[in-house]
Amino acid sequence: MMEGQNSEERARLGTVVSGSLNRGVEVKLDASVSVEDMAVGRYVAIEGEKRRFFGMITDVSLETVDPRAAITPPDISDPFIAQVITGTTTYGKLRVLPMLTIGGDAASILEGPHPAKTVPTHFSEVKLASQRDVELVFGAEDEKRFYVGTPLDMETRVCLNVSEFVKRSNGVFGKSGTGKTFLTRLLLIGMLQKQVAVSLVFDMHSEYGWEGKTEKGYKVKGLKQLFPSKVAIFTLDEESSRRRKVSTDVVVRIGYDEIEPEDIELLRQTLNLTEASTQAVYQLAREFGDRKWLETVLNLTEDASKQLISRLNIHDSTYRNLRRGLENLRRFSFLIPRAPDNSVRRILEYLDRGINVILEFGRFEDFAAYILVANLLSRRIYAKYRENAEREMGGEVAPSHPLVITIEEAHRFLNSEVSARTIFGRIAREMRKYNVTLLVIDQRPSGIDGEVMSQLGTKITCLLDDERDIDSVLTGAAGKSELKSVLSKLETKQQALIFGHAVPMPVVIKTREYGSAQSYKELGFLEAAELKRKTEKDIEDLWAS
Amino acid sequence: MEPRKKIAEVVETSSAEFTAQCYKLDGAPPLGSLVKTKNEPFEIYGVVYNVETHSLDPGRRVVARGENMKTEGEIFRANPQLARLLRTDFKVLVVGYGQGDSLYHYLPQKPAPIHGFVYTCQLEEVRAFTRSLDFLSLLVDARLPISVDEVAAACLRHASEAHPDPQVFLIKAGKELACMLSSDAKRLNSLLKRIR
Repeated sequence: MMEGQNSEERARLGTVVSGSLNRGVEVKLDASVSVEDMAVGRYVAIEGEKRRFFGMITDVSLETVDPRAAITPPDISDPFIAQVITGTTTYGKLRVLPMLTIGGDAASILEGPHPAKTVPTHFSEVKLASQRDVELVFGAEDEKRFYVGTPLDMETRVCLNVSEFVKRSNGVFGKSGTGKTFLTRLLLIGMLQKQVAVSLVFDMHSEYGWEGKTEKGYKVKGLKQLFPSKVAIFTLDEESSRRRKVSTDVVVRIGYDEIEPEDIELLRQTLNLTEASTQAVYQLAREFGDRKWLETVLNLTEDASKQLISRLNIHDSTYRNLRRGLENLRRFSFLIPRAPDNSVRRILEYLDRGINVILEFGRFEDFAAYILVANLLSRRIYAKYRENAEREMGGEVAPSHPLVITIEEAHRFLNSEVSARTIFGRIAREMRKYNVTLLVIDQRPSGIDGEVMSQLGTKITCLLDDERDIDSVLTGAAGKSELKSVLSKLETKQQALIFGHAVPMPVVIKTREYGSAQSYKELGFLEAAELKRKTEKDIEDLWAS
Repeated sequence: MEPRKKIAEVVETSSAEFTAQCYKLDGAPPLGSLVKTKNEPFEIYGVVYNVETHSLDPGRRVVARGENMKTEGEIFRANPQLARLLRTDFKVLVVGYGQGDSLYHYLPQKPAPIHGFVYTCQLEEVRAFTRSLDFLSLLVDARLPISVDEVAAACLRHASEAHPDPQVFLIKAGKELACMLSSDAKRLNSLLKRIR
């Protein structure tokens, strides 16, 4: 029975027997269908009287007509009896959450599916969704839609509307080792390929730009290898990049003069600063000026320090706590008193040309460096974008490329304590007003401020098993409790639940393959020889015309 | 189709059942088999549910005669009058009727006629009549002096032989029974054991 499911002819599963829009409808399985062939997250189509419904299986259960059958079970060692009672006295039941409907008339078919606002009538026929159904719902791959994976047990491609995707901030969640990085890499490629946005990736573990590793230790190509002309790798740690034989485009250096008191405030926890010492930073900045304070403070002698704190009325222990914290920054060799180049301007130059920027952190994998740099750069880049957007409103300039900033360990920036102060909190809240959105990647979504979570347009989540994390990811999603059972039953690898703005209905996908030569080819990568041939042909064509 | 075999005659009748007397002693069809009789324009179908052989005269009881005989057959050879003095009757539960080419699995408007001839059904007829299992509810819900389940099981076993794949037929019938007896798991189980 199950072999037929991929063909155009859809396999009948059973009939709708009860239910509600909120909880989903209950479907009695036909005797010929085994509950063991069902799986939560799978798609079904329900033929209602006037319209068709698409829904997702959210639960599978076993039922008996007579509760006594459970107490004195029939003799199922006899195949005859087993066959007779299957589907009659005992039967399987599905819970299906109807999500979309499509009317029966020609006009509604052209219009496409709408969110379900009612349920199918009693005893409507339920079938497995066919390839065509899935295509009808998710659309075929085109200039806006990017193929991200296949629904469970189907060959059809599920496409994500990336142009809608980048209009909101989005999140990728999942426990460690569930494939967040692979998924993110795919999303970045999707945005790049469909040219809907440029990306700025703060690549904490240096795995997006040049090369990443699978859990089994195989190397997979990063974005730069696949799309050399569209990706630039910036690095904070030139040596690490050189050791890894990564061809970097720009080495980022940040001057002390670029660090503002707000940056230090964000690092409060990581640098172990007291509340009083963060306040003292503002005092020092007022004293020495925004651009000079850090360098000056770091260079103060013991005596000068004493004079300073007595003048500014800063407590001695506070000052010492602050100094100790700031001394930590000296560890970062990318921080230098005066940066020769303006990194922000360089990044913007690349972004303006439509080139995606990936900033590798090399050996500076600790949170202090990551938070400091990501926040500092993003704030300035955002300011430029904002300025540009305002000038664009005034009709002065052309709109800039939409920018998607990818940050990892997002709960460090977006927890309820700091999210109001970081630039990322602001971007998440203000959404696409200034053409900048976020792609947040995190394994502890419960750590992220609820307000920010609720603003995320599309959420893509791999397996999560902490109750709080699941709750936080599903906040505000329709059919939350049903999705919960789907989410907690995802496989640990290569499976993800996508829901929100960029997909018409929640979908569990088996993530598209990434890492084989074939997969690179499908993503548009040309081997060196092929590339050469193509270039030669392009030149020929140029001369011929 | 073989010519119809006339085996008995209706001697007592009502809407739901009738009694037929066999032309031959011990000539009753098997328990649970399908028989029919005519009441123009209907052909009335029924299931044999009780077969009994008794003395023609209710006042004279049958006595044992074989003490000095070697086989039972010798008793009848030595007492040829016995075949005339004893009668085999069988009772039939009406389960449907046919009119023209149509078959109906519920009670006819008129009962079987008294003195109507009773015929056994050919395999083709059994197959046609049992294609729909709606008659099972008449059978299962009947109140009979003998166990209804025995009759139902015997009937299904017989009917299955008329179908190209008896097992498929029995599973279909079993499922029908499972739906009817969903609230009585014990009865269902024992019934299923009788038809497998």
